[in-house]
Amino acid sequence: MTRWLVTLPPALFLVVFFLIPALIMAVASFREPGEFGGLAPLSRESLGLDAYRFIGDDIIYAWILAKSFLVAALTTVICLLLAYPLALLIARSPKRQRDLFVLLVILPFASNFLIRIYAWMMILGPLDLLYSPTAVIIGMVYVHLPFMILPLYTNLEKHDPTLLEAAQDLGAGAWTRFWRVTWPLSLPGVLSGSALVFIPVLGMFAVPELLGGTGDLLIGNLIKEQFLDNRDWPLGATLSLALTAAVLGVSALTAMYSRRTLR
Amino acid sequence: MALLELRHITRRFGDLEAVKDVTLSVEAGEFFTLLGPSGCGKTTILRMIAGFDEPDEGELFLDGQPLAGIPPEKRPVHTVFQSYALFPHLTVAGNIAFPLEMAGRTRDEIRRRVGETLALVHLEEKSAAFPHELSGGQKQRVALARGLVNKPRLLLLDEPLGALDAKLRERMQVELIALQREVGVTFVFVTHAQQEALALSHRIAVMNAGRVEQADVPEALYSLPKSRFVADFIGTINLIDVDVVESNRHGLLLRAAGIGDIAAPAHPGIAAGRHGALAIRPEHLRVSPHSESAGLKNHFLGTVSEYLFRGDVTIYTIRLDNGLSLEALTTNAAPGRARFHEIGDRVRVEWRHDAGIYLAD
Repeated sequence: MTRWLVTLPPALFLVVFFLIPALIMAVASFREPGEFGGLAPLSRESLGLDAYRFIGDDIIYAWILAKSFLVAALTTVICLLLAYPLALLIARSPKRQRDLFVLLVILPFASNFLIRIYAWMMILGPLDLLYSPTAVIIGMVYVHLPFMILPLYTNLEKHDPTLLEAAQDLGAGAWTRFWRVTWPLSLPGVLSGSALVFIPVLGMFAVPELLGGTGDLLIGNLIKEQFLDNRDWPLGATLSLALTAAVLGVSALTAMYSRRTLR
Repeated sequence: MALLELRHITRRFGDLEAVKDVTLSVEAGEFFTLLGPSGCGKTTILRMIAGFDEPDEGELFLDGQPLAGIPPEKRPVHTVFQSYALFPHLTVAGNIAFPLEMAGRTRDEIRRRVGETLALVHLEEKSAAFPHELSGGQKQRVALARGLVNKPRLLLLDEPLGALDAKLRERMQVELIALQREVGVTFVFVTHAQQEALALSHRIAVMNAGRVEQADVPEALYSLPKSRFVADFIGTINLIDVDVVESNRHGLLLRAAGIGDIAAPAHPGIAAGRHGALAIRPEHLRVSPHSESAGLKNHFLGTVSEYLFRGDVTIYTIRLDNGLSLEALTTNAAPGRARFHEIGDRVRVEWRHDAGIYLAD
């Protein structure tokens, strides 16, 4: 009984906010687009695999999905490289300063997302970087950096400083102490930070649209276009299912990896 | 030449002098203990030997070489931390291999030495376990193995038995002595538990408020303490405030307020008129029914006010007629009989004149 009480709310949450929308998407992907957008009335003839066939026939969709993965991976790696030293610095500063630093990390959220991206347009414009893949990466990194810093900090802050003393006492120099003690112990933080960056970047359409211009489509833009511009809901639904499947695949792989290497 | 020498070491933290002018030497192969209450500076000394802290004044020498400026990772000194500080992401074997890898040993040598050391601490079958899968005593042994495996010149142990329960602690004490004898590594051990120090050490330095009060073999610290602090800290002892009435080469005559005259062994350099304390161990007091006649020079009448039955021994608290309370310990060696006196019994307390130790203020 108590077990039910504990597991029911999260299960209910998942059903309402993930499973039902995903099912609606799945059903939509088999239907026909309506004449003026939306979906055609449900009938025997209006159900089919048209959207799937369409995606399968054109290599461009697979290419865009692959490119989106590449952008997400690159963003994640850059975020990790920038966030790690920062998180380490925060975790090792005096306790009173730590809260201030954390506040500074999340402070950008206090202003509107679009305004911050427009600010970047004003910075990148004069630098001749606007509407380029570089601009997209810069924007993606900027938006997602806090999501990497926070889990890393939470992990690093819990490390027992005696472990580093023990390593030093047993003959490890500064660099060895990092690679043999701090880094392996921080892997859970690295993994959750990476997931928090990688997955949203995959679906993000605002940043590439505003900073990347029209020439460079990512899967997020493509999906958004099907719903808002092309009015081809079934195609949009199919693409977004493909994205969901890819993300779930990646999460499954990470989960398997982390279960094997981290205890 | 001593293996480790501390010469006039002083360490300050702000206004606090944590260590004050400490001079000590530790011989090779010795089990040396720094004993004192928490905050007496013993851990600070340990950290200075390990290299995590540097003295403000004075110098440390290892094998005659000054240690100043050498970082911890370059000192042939390893530490067993109070919390063990085992690497949670490495197996038992991985933890023990760590110092060998740092020293750049070959893979074959590492495997052989890890195996030998695991056998030394009886943990062969736990080699692939992770620290969180081990009991407290097993963690303790892994920490010891990790500290010993690369044969340091000196092994520092910071209250390593503090986290264990009493039974296990006693067993680990026995193992620790055997281990030290077997590997021959010099141990510097820090503890606040005086019984542990007495049981384990070849020599003990008793510390108080940053100073070394007395450094000696355990037997000497117990039977010939040189200060009130040492007498009180090591074991239990009765301290009686006294004035010196007479001092000559046959002995001292002391007078305690309300009790009367007490005879004590001669103490050169102590003149009549000085104030001090007389210290007597509870096991040196003899308690007998008051009806029996006195056999010893120092004897006083009193009443049993409390007793603590411990099985092998009984500890009586006896209130003398003038108000002073003394603790007396009797062994329960007579078969079939474990206790001799009841609360309220009138008794005679007596001791040999050479059992008391006069401690100058």
